[in-house]
Amino acid sequence: MARVRVLIRPKEGILDPQGKAVEQALPALGFEGIEHVRVGRMVELEAEDPAQLGELCEKLLANPLIEDYEIEQVDA
Amino acid sequence: MRWGVVQFPGSCDERDALHACGLTGEARLIWHEDRDLGQVDAIVVPGGFSYGDYLRAGAIARFSPAMEAVTEFAAAGGPVLGICNGFQVLCEAGLLPGALLRNEELRFICRQVDLIVEGSVGEFGPLSGTKVADSSEGSETLSIPVKHGEGRYWAPDDVLDEIEAKGQVAYRYAPGQNPNGSVRDIAGVRNEAGNVLGLMPHPEHAVDALTGSMDGLRIFEAVAGARA
Repeated sequence: MARVRVLIRPKEGILDPQGKAVEQALPALGFEGIEHVRVGRMVELEAEDPAQLGELCEKLLANPLIEDYEIEQVDA
Repeated sequence: MRWGVVQFPGSCDERDALHACGLTGEARLIWHEDRDLGQVDAIVVPGGFSYGDYLRAGAIARFSPAMEAVTEFAAAGGPVLGICNGFQVLCEAGLLPGALLRNEELRFICRQVDLIVEGSVGEFGPLSGTKVADSSEGSETLSIPVKHGEGRYWAPDDVLDEIEAKGQVAYRYAPGQNPNGSVRDIAGVRNEAGNVLGLMPHPEHAVDALTGSMDGLRIFEAVAGARA
């Protein structure tokens, strides 16, 4: 079984209000100089055949209209 | 007129949808595991939080047996109305263009809004006897509530240009009333053929004078009238 991480994020140019809200909260916590926060999600899974993961991402894990994704193999 | 209302685990507006449909014909629920829709003239995919809205709103519901059947029903020209979460499901299923994103202000919103009927709502109108708003140069408007956290309609500019050119924008929020940051104030779209319509506002919550507006009923009447 291959251990895999799929990283999914909002496409560049699409407003990400979650990222904006996080960014706006930072100065109140004393964090300075942090910009362009974007919030996505990560899916961890184990797959017998990693070749099918591209299709899985296109059909379910990501919505390719609004999200980009990357598939990362995780070393055991 | 026989309506089918699809119910997923996590749906919450199917009862109001049943009631609204029942005002213009017979209506029954279709459980998400049912591959067979039975004898129906029109389908409503109602609002709620299907499958907990896990992953993305509507992303998992689109793979249910009932939605496979609805996709075939739509391909054969059957009228399908998606409301709120149902709109999200239809977009995820590729039956409608675009996607619904988290509201611009992040908050869940619940309020009455005025919708401008674009005159291109296909089988779902245009509607007779609707009131005329002063602010929108004689366009028909509907007063209908919205309640959602992820209702910001979005599509790339080339897709927007195309659906506008083809008359697929069915409803827009009236000027100054866009509650969620939807691009070009779009509140509802239809497919090219005109038999599939999705909108974020809830016409099924506006079918009784007791709740302030009966404008939502006109959408159900339009479908029933066209199918009579």
